[in-house]
This record gives sequence, C-alpha cells and structure tokens, in this order.
Amino acid sequence: MTTETDSLTKEFRRERKRRGLTPMVYHVAILFAPVAVVAIASLVPFAFWTRVVRFFSFSDGFLRASVLGTLLLALNCGLLGTLLVARRMAMLGDTLSHAVLPGIAAGFLWTMTKNPVALVSGAIFTGVLSSLVVSWITQSTRLKPDAALSVVLTVFFAAGIALIKMLPDGNKAGLDRFLYGQTAAIAGGDIVMLSVAAGITLLTLLIGYRGFLVLAFDETFGRTCGLPMRVLHYVQMFLTTLAIVVSMEAVGVILVAGLLVIPASTAWLFSTRLHRILWLSALLGMAAALTGIFVAFTGQMGGGATLVLCAGLMFAAAFLFSPRSGLAHRAWQWVQHGRRIRREDTLKAIYRHLETRGFSPAEIRAGEAGCTPADLRALDRRGLGEWTGESAFRLTPEGFREACRMVRNHRLWELYLTQRAGYAQDHVHDSAEEMEHLLAEENIAEMMRVLGNPRTDPHGKPIPSLDETFAAATARHA
Amino acid sequence: MSSYAMPPALEFHDLTVSYDRKPVLYGVDAAIPQQSLCGIIGPNGAGKSTLIKAVMGLLPVQGGWTQVFGGPLDQCRERVAYVPQRSSVDWDFPVNVMDVVLMGRYGRLGLFKRAGVKDRAIAGEALEKVQMTAYATRQISQLSGGQQQRVFLARALAQEADLYLMDEPFTGVDAATESAIVTLLHDIKARGGTIVAVHHDLTTAPTYFDRLLLLNMRLIAAGTTEEVFTPELLQKTYGGRLTVLSEMAFKGISKPE
Repeated sequence: MTTETDSLTKEFRRERKRRGLTPMVYHVAILFAPVAVVAIASLVPFAFWTRVVRFFSFSDGFLRASVLGTLLLALNCGLLGTLLVARRMAMLGDTLSHAVLPGIAAGFLWTMTKNPVALVSGAIFTGVLSSLVVSWITQSTRLKPDAALSVVLTVFFAAGIALIKMLPDGNKAGLDRFLYGQTAAIAGGDIVMLSVAAGITLLTLLIGYRGFLVLAFDETFGRTCGLPMRVLHYVQMFLTTLAIVVSMEAVGVILVAGLLVIPASTAWLFSTRLHRILWLSALLGMAAALTGIFVAFTGQMGGGATLVLCAGLMFAAAFLFSPRSGLAHRAWQWVQHGRRIRREDTLKAIYRHLETRGFSPAEIRAGEAGCTPADLRALDRRGLGEWTGESAFRLTPEGFREACRMVRNHRLWELYLTQRAGYAQDHVHDSAEEMEHLLAEENIAEMMRVLGNPRTDPHGKPIPSLDETFAAATARHA
Repeated sequence: MSSYAMPPALEFHDLTVSYDRKPVLYGVDAAIPQQSLCGIIGPNGAGKSTLIKAVMGLLPVQGGWTQVFGGPLDQCRERVAYVPQRSSVDWDFPVNVMDVVLMGRYGRLGLFKRAGVKDRAIAGEALEKVQMTAYATRQISQLSGGQQQRVFLARALAQEADLYLMDEPFTGVDAATESAIVTLLHDIKARGGTIVAVHHDLTTAPTYFDRLLLLNMRLIAAGTTEEVFTPELLQKTYGGRLTVLSEMAFKGISKPE
C-alpha cells in the first residue's frame, strides 16, 4: 500500500512541475505585450492617430451618419441573410443585388436626376422581377436553381451596365458609387430610409418569426397547415430587395451580398437554434460594420470593401476557432485521439511482452517490446506506468488494467469476426488493431454473451478477463 | 355499417393527377370511413404519395374531387395532419426536437399567435406518446432515422387532428420504432381517429392495417383487408403494368406544354 501511495505522490509532483511551465510563458507574454504595442504604434504616422481620436470622439457629423447608417444596414442584412442561408438561398442575395442595377440606371435615365424615389423604385422593381424570373425558370424547366440564378444575375447585371453606358459622361462617375459603395456617402436622408427598412424587417420577424421558421424548415408542411407560405416568401424577397436597395450606396451592389451571407454563415457555426443564429448574425454584422468603417476611416479607404473584408475575417476566425466546428478544435481532438491510440498500443505491446515470460519480472526496459522512452514517459504522465529505476519501468495497477482491456478487446474482436462473421483467421488482425480502441463495454458484454464467455482467441492466446487476470497479476506483485 | 351516418373521413371521386414528369393517377374513386386504419399499397411509381399529396392540395388536380369529412379540405384543415416523408426536410437544420413538435401547433395558432403554456403541454404529451421526451432539447441532426420519424409523428399528434395522412412512416426505421409506431396508430384509431398511410412492405401490410387501397396508377381495389388482400388483386396490382396506359402517361407529360 505504502509503495503505491509513494508512487502516487511522486506522480503528483511530477505532474505539477510539468504544468508549472505554462503560466510562466503567459507572464512573460503579458510583461512584453505593452512594449510590443508601443513599438508597433510608434511606427504608424501621427495622422493616423488623429483620425483614430476623431473616430472615437464621435464629434464628426459625417462620421456619425456613416457609422449609424452602416450599423442599421448591417443589422438589416444580418437578419435577412440568416433567412436566406436557412432556406439555402444564399446565392439569391447575390442575384438580387446585381439585379437592382438596371433598375437604378433606368430610374436615372427616366428622370435624368438622382431622384431617390425614382432610383429606389426602379431598383426594387428589377430586384423583385429577378426573383420572380428565377422561380419561374426553376418551376417550368429541369434547370436547377444555381443555373437559373446565374443566368438571371449576369443578364440583369449586363443590362444595368449597358444602361449606364448610355448615360451622358458626367453622370457615370456618380453611378460608380452604386457598384463599389462609399460609406462616407451616407447622409441624413439615407439614415431615415435605412431605419425604416431595418424597422420593417425587425417588426416582420418579431411578428412572423414562426412562419419563416416553418417556411425554411418544411414549407410543404406549412402549406398543409394552411399557413401562407407563398405570401411569406414574397415578403422575404421584398424585404431582401429593400435591404439591398437602401444599402447599395454605402456598400455597393456587388458587395452587399457579403453583408447578407457572411454574418449569417458565421453565426451558423456557433449555434444550432435558428432564433439565436438570427440575433447573433445581426450582432456580428454590426460588429463587422463598426470595425469595417473604423478601418475605412482611419485608413482612408472606400468603405464597402473594408466592411466585407472585416466580415470575412470574422468568418475566418470562427471557422478556425469556433468551439464546436472550428478547425483548431478538431485538429486538437485529432491529436488527442492519436495520442490515446499510441498510449493504448504501448500498453498492449507491454502486455504481450510480459505475457511471453509469464508476467515475471514485471519490469521492462525502454527499447524492449518496441517501446521508445517517449512512449513510456507518456504512460508515466498519465499514471499508467512508473519508473522503478534508471531505465526500468513497470505498469501501475491502473495501467495493467488498461492493458488487459486493450488485449481483451483485440482478441475478442478477432474471435468474434472468425466465429460470427465468417472471417478467416489471417484476416482479422488489422481490423482488430482498429476496433480495439473503439469498442465500448456494452459491445464487449454483447460479444461475451453471444460467444459464451470465451477464454482463448482464434490463435489460441488467452483472452484476459479484467477481474481474474488483474487479480492474478496484483497477487503476483504483492 | 354502424358508422353509416358519419361522412367518410376521406373520399375521392374520379381523381386524376398529373405530376411533374412522374406517373399519374387516373380516375381514382374511394371512400375511407372514419376510425379506420387504411394502408395505400402498390409498386414504385404507382402514385401512392401523389394521391395523399393531391388530397392535401400540394399538387394540382386535373379532374375529379376530394372531400374530407364530407367537405372541402379548406373548411377543416385543422382536422387533418400530414406526415411527409422523412427525407423531405434537411435534418441539419438548426432547430431542436421541441421546436419541430411545436410547429404542429402553428396551424391552429395562425401566423401571429405565440405558442402558449397549453401548446407546450400538448407538444410535450405528443413527445411522450412517441417516447421521445428525453430528446426534447436535442438538436435534430443528432437523431437516428427512427427517432426522426417519431419526431415527425409527434408533430402530427400535436396538431390534434382526426385524420392523419402519412407518407411511408415505416421507411428506414428500426424495429423498436416500427412497433412503437404501430401501437401509436392503434391508439389514434381507438380515440376515433383515422389513418391513411402509404406503405411499402407487403408482408406487414395485412397485420398493420384494417383497410387497404391497392393502387397502380389507377385504383385496383379498396376495402377491408380481408376482402382486398387476395393473391388475385395483388397480382393485378404488382404484376404487369398496363403498358399502354403508362406509356401514354409518359408521352402525355413529356410533350411540350
């Protein structure tokens, strides 16, 4: 008993020593971080810092309008984008946003002024028209939606470009803004439109959320319940077009689809309930808008592109680091899994090695049974084995029990395959090498039952029983 | 018959349906009395799913009419529940089991009313009847095929309907789910409900259902299981397509409209 306790304390101390290193790295990092920040900051020109101060002081009327405006449009796009993604219609955002261009150009040609009413109604008209054409094509031909969307997108956009080319030269520059966006262009009147559009969306979702949920999850079922699925579809199309139209001056028709789809896709990685995704998408969209406009302002860049780039960075961060589906998390799990398999294989190798000499002596040396010192250290760290001398190593009771388990799993699976699945004896080893790590205790119990508590594997080797073999081994140790 | 005074739960007369490049139904006549457990059987492409979709108004009807409880469907939509095929929805969709079951209440609530305590209680009971209470907050992508089917049934139960139209409820489910569904169907019937289910497995059809509708693009036979589940009628249903009829059907719908 005492030797066991001793080895436990030793193990404990070693564990603490190993863990002690990590906090030290953090302390050093924290000490040096401010130094690094100051060093990097001094490399940046002074003019940049005055702009940063201006941004945060919020005294600039222009800036206030563009910050407020982009927040509103990001909120609106974040909400409607979630509905698009939920209905697998992400590409429709792209098509709608390109399809408003001919409407703008036509509105301009009609009135020859930048009369907002003419531009907006033209844009809404061609936007909604494009969504109707898409559903018409998909319903009456064998074409799948992606082809229909692509056809409509390019044709409408080309029509828009052609119409713009017909404008007198002086006005082309003004319409460029609709293509690429200029967040600084948001003015007081735009704020009103943006708030109205965002307000309608919010209200519609608050009242009709459940309808949209059914529409996205199971439209057919919704129809059989008598819910107005068609109406909701058109409401969604109208709201999305409206969101695009009021956003296009700030973000540009080409990039506005990014604000629809990227925050929604980012939120998708974090939650598995649609209503949470909705709000998270709106929040992420607004965060991207804020950082985007900060970058645009301090770096004196266009606006639309920086907004979408910031949203893209956010998506990349979520893709890499989100808790459930992030790549980093999965890579870490994969490493952990690999280590576990390696440990279990080491245990099994030691067991087999000990078995050949009747489990006595219980010590092995590094290099024996194909175990490297690193393999043995890995067992030591987990408390599955311990060093009894300079290079002598033995399994702890816990480790021996684990080793029994692995060998039992391996041999039992081999037996199961030969007896129950008609495998030949020389075909079962590779499968067992994999399955031994995956079998759960209930699988074992079931196999034991159908095989009638077998004692030996197909090659005549004994199948260790956790209780008996373990008891025998501990008795020998004592 | 004792239920003679009651209108049939479901009745169609001369129902003709053509469906986007798939086989069609011609002049189907049948009446399914209330409180029966009726299976629709027939080979692939016989129009079984088409029939119940047409009843639910999901497909345009070319001719004839259908009545539910003696009137048009629109007058008693809340008395009819439709259970679509499991594969008809995306099971990665971000909702949990309770969210899906609560959708069964939306038809009665309408678009603007929220689900209240009573609706949640009804949805909870429905989950209990399909033995899925423990899964209420489970994300639907984590369910097995059988569990998915149970969730769909629970959603239909939450509709508190009198007529249940089910599209292949037994397809791709485990044995435990299959027997749970059978028990459930008998419960519904015992409480006065009517079930019409598309069914694929001929071996279980006579034990699961008390009435059968044999279909192969047209009605072969309809009646109680004893009357209809005969070798001759089954041969007529499954053996040899009526070649001219099916060929003309394909021609008729592949011609430019």
